[in-house]
Amino acid sequence: MGATDEVKMKNVFETTVLSLSGVEASSEAKKAIQNRSNIFNMSDAAEDAVLRPREYGAFDHGMRAALAARIAFQHQEDDLAHKYLEDAGNFKKVANPSYKGETKDLKSILSFMDKVAEDTRNVVAGDITALKSAHVNDADIVRLAELNSFMAYQIRLIAGLRLMKGAVDDRDIT
Amino acid sequence: MTEILHKFTRSIPDWRPRIEPIKLDEANSDQLEALQITPSNTKVSDYVLTLAHDVESLKVRSPLFNAIMYDKGGMSRSEREIGAIGASIVNRCIYCASVHASRHAQLTKSDDVTDKIFVDGENAKLSARDAAILKFAVKLSDAPSRANKDDLNELKTVGLHEEEILDLILSTSLFGWANRLMHVLGDPVRPTVNED
Repeated sequence: MGATDEVKMKNVFETTVLSLSGVEASSEAKKAIQNRSNIFNMSDAAEDAVLRPREYGAFDHGMRAALAARIAFQHQEDDLAHKYLEDAGNFKKVANPSYKGETKDLKSILSFMDKVAEDTRNVVAGDITALKSAHVNDADIVRLAELNSFMAYQIRLIAGLRLMKGAVDDRDIT
Repeated sequence: MTEILHKFTRSIPDWRPRIEPIKLDEANSDQLEALQITPSNTKVSDYVLTLAHDVESLKVRSPLFNAIMYDKGGMSRSEREIGAIGASIVNRCIYCASVHASRHAQLTKSDDVTDKIFVDGENAKLSARDAAILKFAVKLSDAPSRANKDDLNELKTVGLHEEEILDLILSTSLFGWANRLMHVLGDPVRPTVNED
């Protein structure tokens, strides 16, 4: 059985990106979206894998939710941020983009996550070295990069879908 | 010492990880499954061996990548590549830009579009359709809020239908993901020459 076969299929309009973009089942985009329903279901499966993995390493589900909320807030995706914030447990303060961490190690981790999220092009080898100095091992560096990268995908998908909805709405009005 | 590349290039670089990839002979059963190792397929790139540190993400991302870039219908494969290239020039992912420029050139049998993008970026003088696609991809990649209603309507004006627009959003967003792995976890380096 391949990974795609294991994806739990649900009503595509109930997936995270479609429910938060506001695109409805009655929209003109319905046919296009239904043709790609496998992709939206796989995107939800990716959310589970990145936010709620069985093997979470140094970053448990609460911390991952907080980091995801932080990135969503940085991109003014407040509804998405609040969805993740609900699962952040004791790490809620990490979700606030103005919070920079209290320990040296956490400061390094948040600094890395902020740079990857908002200034990707200027990430250099030294940023990875700084994480290693903050006692983040290789596997956890990959986990942080995957979390950040997935959020970049999810946020852009929501923003793009919202535009599709907006364009259709405007045309209906005129 | 191997030279790290900082400029966009048509020649596909090698990729050198900044962390230690997993060792294939030490991989667990989950990792081997995700790597799709079979007796006849034991060659795995350093990039995939690096991502295998987070096997649950790798297992779901590979089929998602293939579906977004290769599933039938909707936008042409070459135009999905423009979405990938637009994201890659914004994020300065030299490796991704090179690979996907090469794929675009193969699919269209021309280097013209990608040569112009590599020289002039977002301002490359392309056909109206390619220019609208690139502009949308660049804005959505740079900051999602930069892409606006006018950009989307421009896509419609140059002839894109709903299915194509959705595929462009998907391919561009996907490379927001891919660039942050490839560009962050490793360096593009000049390929080593075998002098056999």
